[in-house]
Amino acid sequence: MSREAEPTQSCGRSEAPVSVTRRAALQAAASAVAFATAPASRAQQATPAATAAIESSTIRLVVNGQQRTLTVDPRQSILDVLRETLDLPGTKKGCNAGACGACTVLVDGRRINSCLALAVMHDGAEITTIEGLAKGDTLHPLQQAFIECEGFQCGYCTPGQIMSGVACIAEGHAGSPQEIKAWMSGNICRCGAYAGIVEAIASVAKGGKL
Amino acid sequence: MIPFSLQKAADISAAIAAAKTGARYIAGGTTLVDLMREEVERPDRLVDINALPLRRIQTEGNDLVIGALVTMSDCAAHPDVRRLQPLISESLLEGASPQLRNLATMGGNLLQRTRCPYFRMLDARCNKRTPNSGCSAIDGYHGNHALLGTSSSCLATHASDVAVALVALDATMNVTGPGGERTFPVEALFRLPGATPHLEHALQPGELITAIRVPGGRYARRARYLKVRDRSSYEFAVVSAAAALDIENGVIHEARVACGGVGTKPWRMRDVEKALIGKPADRASFAQAARLSLVGAAPRAGNKFKMELMPATIVRALELGRDVS
Repeated sequence: MSREAEPTQSCGRSEAPVSVTRRAALQAAASAVAFATAPASRAQQATPAATAAIESSTIRLVVNGQQRTLTVDPRQSILDVLRETLDLPGTKKGCNAGACGACTVLVDGRRINSCLALAVMHDGAEITTIEGLAKGDTLHPLQQAFIECEGFQCGYCTPGQIMSGVACIAEGHAGSPQEIKAWMSGNICRCGAYAGIVEAIASVAKGGKL
Repeated sequence: MIPFSLQKAADISAAIAAAKTGARYIAGGTTLVDLMREEVERPDRLVDINALPLRRIQTEGNDLVIGALVTMSDCAAHPDVRRLQPLISESLLEGASPQLRNLATMGGNLLQRTRCPYFRMLDARCNKRTPNSGCSAIDGYHGNHALLGTSSSCLATHASDVAVALVALDATMNVTGPGGERTFPVEALFRLPGATPHLEHALQPGELITAIRVPGGRYARRARYLKVRDRSSYEFAVVSAAAALDIENGVIHEARVACGGVGTKPWRMRDVEKALIGKPADRASFAQAARLSLVGAAPRAGNKFKMELMPATIVRALELGRDVS
């Protein structure tokens, strides 16, 4: 299957029913992940209470357009807060060390590694996660392009890839495949779906669909 | 992560007051949070300095003054930086990833800790992490370690790219602390490991970097940063070179050269610079001068390939600098 043979803006593999099914499947998987992480979250909270005096603080975030007020331990990253407190497990924890990009979200419009950002230091921030891209059942153009261009295999890095890709296009760093590769290098895909990822980003950038 | 408390400083004096009583500064957090999670760093108090007014980039004539809290991204993209010191912009964009550059600050970049793998392996010996515990790199993996400035205690390199550019460009830094304000060369920030590799920089307790000042120079326009690494982006340097040249009628009037990936600190190549002055800006002069980078180098079995790679990288960087149109 040659991607080079398809120079059109869309990668030409759009199948509308698939996207609906896929979204439903993602939501089901997301619920399962949230359920699975809940006990771990409680266990983590039990430890500090027994040791030092941890000063929790109350912060306010705007997450995907919604105002949220929450109490955070200073150790919690934005990633932890999204996944464990706000029940938004679309953002993935890969390396948890700022090396893989799976946790990429937009904070005040800029892409960052949410695993390295302490939530307490981002009081008042506006955060956009993968859950905030689609409008109802209509996927964001880059989400649609990832499906059409086969920009993923296992899918674990995909939310980070898409968030990073949205920023890459908005920054004006998606002018050529070479530029996209350099400016997407903070997102690792161990399945090696890079060709499709670059193609998806290039197609959206070229189409001016953002 | 070991429990800690975090306070926010509203201004510089509040930040220094907190640091004076033992709190550690945190800005972007890209090094510190990572190392705290690994329990390599174990501060019990942090002071968040992000509200401090240190985010401006100003020009004074051809000098650039970069606030310590300017992010790597903002610095790299700033029109005055690109116009006056393209080397700084290029070296920043060769480092880290877009996501990290959006968080990491210029001051924090200079103070980042080494990427020697043993530094973050708690079960390995590391004099930098645990004084007098030994060095696992000397008899272990040291393929990407330093040739210059090493000691029998430590071979670890300093990983910053932009620090190499700043050292080449004679940048200075403003710091303020309990003892007042002072200014010194960025090059003097970094200490050689000697017998005390855990002491990495010249800051006094509680001192805060406020700004980096980069003087203008006729060499600033013909300046390039070449980074040789195991993949084409988002990787630390095996060897890197910053080169800046002032050339008139094909003859070198002034030169600035520094290297990364080869020294225990960003390494200024003054002998190479001197050898270039008055020479034609051609490959033969570059190659002859670049050989002087090897003076004092102490290669080991795993990193002796850098004895060829370092001068070759300098030659290429000089050629790239010369060819800037």
